[in-house]
Amino acid sequence: MTRRLTKSVQALRSLDWLYDRKVRGIIFQVALVVALLVAGYEIVSNTAENLKKQNLASGFGFLSKTASFDISQTLIEYRSTMSYGRAFLVGLLNTLLVSGLGIVLATLLGFAIGLGRLSHNWIVARLSTAYVEIVRNIPLLLQLFVWYIGVLRAMPMPQQALALGPAQIDVRGVHLPRLVLYGEVGWILLIALACSIVWALVLARWARRRQIETGETFPAAAAGLGVIAGIPLLALLLLGVPIGLRYPRLGPYNFEDGLTIEPEFLALLAGLTFYTAAFIAEIVRSGIEAVPRGQKEAAAALGLRPWQVQRLVVIPQALRVIIPPLTNQFLNLTKNSSLAVAIGYPDLVSVFAGTVLNQTNQAVEVILITMGVYLAISLLTALAMNWFNARMALVER
Amino acid sequence: MRDARRLPPADWIKANLVSTWGNAILTIISVAAIALLVWRALDWGLFSAVLSGKDGSACARPGAGACWPFITHKLGLFMYGRYPAPERWRVDLTYLLALAGLVPLMIPRVPGKLWLSLYLLVVFPIVGFLLVRGGVPGLPYVSTELWGGLFLTLVVASVGIAASFPIGILLALGRRSELPIVRWASIAFIEFVRGVPLVTVLFMASVMLPLFLPPDVTFDKLLRALIGVALFSAAYLAEVIRGGLQAIPRGQYEAADALGLSYAQKMGFIVLPQALKLVIPGIVNSFISLFKDTSLVLIIGLFDLLGIVQQSISADAKWFSPQTAATGYVFAGAVFWVFCFGMSRYSAFLERHLAAGDKR
Repeated sequence: MTRRLTKSVQALRSLDWLYDRKVRGIIFQVALVVALLVAGYEIVSNTAENLKKQNLASGFGFLSKTASFDISQTLIEYRSTMSYGRAFLVGLLNTLLVSGLGIVLATLLGFAIGLGRLSHNWIVARLSTAYVEIVRNIPLLLQLFVWYIGVLRAMPMPQQALALGPAQIDVRGVHLPRLVLYGEVGWILLIALACSIVWALVLARWARRRQIETGETFPAAAAGLGVIAGIPLLALLLLGVPIGLRYPRLGPYNFEDGLTIEPEFLALLAGLTFYTAAFIAEIVRSGIEAVPRGQKEAAAALGLRPWQVQRLVVIPQALRVIIPPLTNQFLNLTKNSSLAVAIGYPDLVSVFAGTVLNQTNQAVEVILITMGVYLAISLLTALAMNWFNARMALVER
Repeated sequence: MRDARRLPPADWIKANLVSTWGNAILTIISVAAIALLVWRALDWGLFSAVLSGKDGSACARPGAGACWPFITHKLGLFMYGRYPAPERWRVDLTYLLALAGLVPLMIPRVPGKLWLSLYLLVVFPIVGFLLVRGGVPGLPYVSTELWGGLFLTLVVASVGIAASFPIGILLALGRRSELPIVRWASIAFIEFVRGVPLVTVLFMASVMLPLFLPPDVTFDKLLRALIGVALFSAAYLAEVIRGGLQAIPRGQYEAADALGLSYAQKMGFIVLPQALKLVIPGIVNSFISLFKDTSLVLIIGLFDLLGIVQQSISADAKWFSPQTAATGYVFAGAVFWVFCFGMSRYSAFLERHLAAGDKR
């Protein structure tokens, strides 16, 4: 009896290892790996079988085939006889263009509204709050439709175009005068600009070193801007101003000669800017509110003027709080630019995951490339912002 | 800077008065802008609006404001999609069943939260699904292709949040796990999904998912969208919940270990209840974004509220008029806004309520 009991206790003891945390962890992870491998194998074999059944091609060879479709807005040269790979590049550049411009404009508007919410002027603060609460609680897609169909497609036909200064606005977009450069002036201007930027940077370094050594300040920002604007202007004057403007003029059906900004691009840019600005405003407000009151009081006690308090004390500290969520908003804006597909702006998703996918039927490759591009943008931005954040972070002794 | 301290009082007053002058100008501009906006809105929506009519021709007169008959005539379509009219009471009944669970759950004072959650998460989905889909004795089958409008928006949003919640918790726990493979798998999934736009996830769910499955398995279009939305939302929810897990003091984990609790007991009884309570506002915020994001399903051909309004505007020649689009968008925007703003107010209320509980 006792013997049997001891034996079963021993048998149980020999199972002790099952209750060991490490062993359980290993078993659990092996199970996870096996499950993932099985799922991966299933997916790959099912996909292969499905592709064979539907007679679909696979591989990335399609990228060099002729695209044979047109794109309404292209930053680089593109014709329908060019390849799918070229179409991909056009779409990618369009995505980057609208995201880049959107980020700049949304940041400016967002800072303005965020500061407006903190304004001492009661009405301005209320108006800013109303803007934030209305805009961020309505889906972006709806706002894009409003901008595109409600505003820009509701513009008059070319014959009755609205004139706004030198710009002509009609249902096909905004027509602006185009800058024409004669001869080699473009290169000369570019070189002059590069030289002036280098000069401004050197000036800024010199000013900072002098301030550290002697305490004397120098308006480096204003001087730098002057140099950057002044030198190319001087070069232009020396060359006898070899530039001209070509105004849009009404042809038989449409405006010709000018620079036309497509309504799809404007609608997407406006939608992204106004939507993201509401979120940025909230980030800016909470960032500035996070700066302790004592900081402002101490700065005022030191005799700094109100704008100096803001610029030298409050905003640098607020930026530390603002930058990480701001990065998130930049990424959100870039990802949201994919809604272009709903209003027909030829961005990456619309050109590649839309038209190219429909023509080639190579869903797996096309979707993977598209997702890969956004992932790469996200990771690169995260890296860049981490670097920036590390520079801005509080240096504690 | 030394001069600023010695600033005479007169200059000080001047500087502030000038700024007040600026403020005064700002005030005048703002008041004028508000007055103009309010007047234009009232004029468009009320004074010049067309209140009755059988089709778009009533709204075509020059100077007309909002075309309200467009909304009143199509309200059924906007609310239920092409769900057959005689069966629409089933959708209404489902709403009532949901409210019966949701309203007491949302009022902090009402007891029995556990039972209410169980009802909402287990009983209600089964009953609601059978009720709206039918195919059981007494209830004719209604294909999901007929679902649409606000009803579809609510289905996608609520299924999305209900399905993404457990996945999000698992991913958050996985990301904080000590087991390297589990941790890296969770990080890879979360960062991958958060790095790509929802549109591409929906494209993937709609064109790639069918390729991944055995050839004889076919999937409802709605179900594919739901899978995409749930996985997308789970990754964002996981990050919100991770924030809560990180905020729980180390001592709580150690005390649970010292009591000899297993991992599941430690997380289920000690850590998660505290962590989830901390991040309820964040969870509501994810729900708001999910609710707005449901409008993206129109890109893969499902007609949610925005999709059906957009389709009625662009494809219904009977209601063509200069004001149809604006009226439709204002209506859809107002519905979305009421839901999202309501949720954000509720989230703010909860935040205050929970903070008050901690202060005691």
